[in-house]
Amino acid sequence: MVVAIGFEGSANKLGVGIVKDGVVLSNPRHTYITPPGQGFLPKNTAQHHREHALEVLQKALDEAKISPKDIDVVCYTKGPGMGAPLVSTAIVARTVAQLWGKPMIAVNHCIGHIEMGRLVTGAENPIVLYVSGGNTQVIAYSQRRYRIFGETIDIAVGNCLDRFARVLKLSNDPSPGYNIEQLAKKGNKFLELPYVVKGMDVSFSGLLSFIEEKAPQLLQKGEYTPEDLCFSLQETVFAMLIEITERAMAHCGSQEVLIVGGVGCNKRLQEMMETMAKERGAKLYATDERFCIDNGAMIAQAGWEMFRSGQTTPLKDTTCTQRFRTDEVDITWRS
Amino acid sequence: MELWKQGAEAKIHKTDFYGKPCIVKERFSKSYRHPILDKSLTAQRVKSEIRAMLRCRMSGILTPTVYFVNMDSSCIYMEEMLDSVTVRDYIQSVQSSKTAVEAIETLTPLANTIGHTLGIMHKQNIVHGDLTTSNMLLQGDPSNNRLCLIDFGLSFFENLSEDKGVDLYVLERALISTHPNTEKLFNVILEAYCKSNDTGSKDVIAKLEEVRMRGRKRTMVG
Repeated sequence: MVVAIGFEGSANKLGVGIVKDGVVLSNPRHTYITPPGQGFLPKNTAQHHREHALEVLQKALDEAKISPKDIDVVCYTKGPGMGAPLVSTAIVARTVAQLWGKPMIAVNHCIGHIEMGRLVTGAENPIVLYVSGGNTQVIAYSQRRYRIFGETIDIAVGNCLDRFARVLKLSNDPSPGYNIEQLAKKGNKFLELPYVVKGMDVSFSGLLSFIEEKAPQLLQKGEYTPEDLCFSLQETVFAMLIEITERAMAHCGSQEVLIVGGVGCNKRLQEMMETMAKERGAKLYATDERFCIDNGAMIAQAGWEMFRSGQTTPLKDTTCTQRFRTDEVDITWRS
Repeated sequence: MELWKQGAEAKIHKTDFYGKPCIVKERFSKSYRHPILDKSLTAQRVKSEIRAMLRCRMSGILTPTVYFVNMDSSCIYMEEMLDSVTVRDYIQSVQSSKTAVEAIETLTPLANTIGHTLGIMHKQNIVHGDLTTSNMLLQGDPSNNRLCLIDFGLSFFENLSEDKGVDLYVLERALISTHPNTEKLFNVILEAYCKSNDTGSKDVIAKLEEVRMRGRKRTMVG
């Protein structure tokens, strides 16, 4: 029996989760929400994490009904992510690990998402579409690595949606993407936007510049409503994502697809993926906001896998890095 | 017509065209996409595909001959490449039957041919847009390296080194993610590419380096 605690704070969510042999005992989270029209800055986000770390940690222990002595390993996000928030969260993990006398494990954030997705959905060997505010990757496992088949060559899809939400001054509560999704449900007039797919890679920066520039005029003239623009944006960027995922599935001959990451809880994206999967005779695995959005349990779960395969991270190596690719990690727990 | 294969966005049927073995590539509508987007993408890709195939053939690059196009049903009727395997299958079979060192040695002439062919293609300002080992065929005995390029749906004509650089980047990623331990082969491809695309390769390779650095979350110093 192995009990792992995970600390996640690579972006604006601070999460602490406890996992015991594939069962999530607790997974509380606190999100730093900025005023409409603004993104979250590293300094303020780190401050948010510092302010709420102990309260979220206590909540995780209380909900799991365990005491620190029952924990076997302390896991934290090493990267990728924003420097200051990562470091603030790692300090908490390092401190409790030393107080409790427990070994530590440094976890790659993206691997956390993938392992959590596999645990929750039971998908065996899926093509993974990892979509969030900072990442857009199509991943497949082969020979002890999660290999990146396709990715964005500029900004992430979540970043594109968030920045458009700022143009419309949408609320960041609970998240800008969620509010775009709600507006998009009421839109129906389609505006053709730049659609950029290069092999299995995508690009969103041109599309974002285009819609950022056009939106104010289109709205002012009354040709399109904010709902129509959200709808058109979602339809276009999601179609690009489904296309590269499908191409990767065809390329790898895979019959399973898993969506992870914050944008992965978008129902329209899931619906489009479901349609594509059905047409190919493949199966879609998706999770909800508890596990799609950054959380502590995913770090605990990936750390649990690493710990069971014999890894630990010596204290002197428990650093953070903003750049840490999914395909750099040696996957010691899968064959 | 008999359905032969279904790819990500097209069904491939086998039939004959006035006695010649023929395949029909039918781009079907994607029900997950908005109808306006779907229609515009499909039409655009049928056009790009036939244009690029024609241009490639005029430059001496082997591609299937286009017999007939039906824009209404988004079908391209083209020559069936008889007795061929995908480069992907060939690399996999070589890698699984030989040691790592031997496999690279066996595949080096193929990498040479790939680089040479892509050099000619880019010199003609044809950007493929989806270079993978599944989109290249070897006709006849694979060791003869009779390379045929297919699947030009994402292609376009452009003289910018940026687009050519991205084209090579897409291939590099597809090659290395599909066939682990083939980094050396990609270097061979680049060398041959520089020889055949003698005028523009310097800028393209510089762009390739730039695009590689753009990849997100890549470890870098400084």
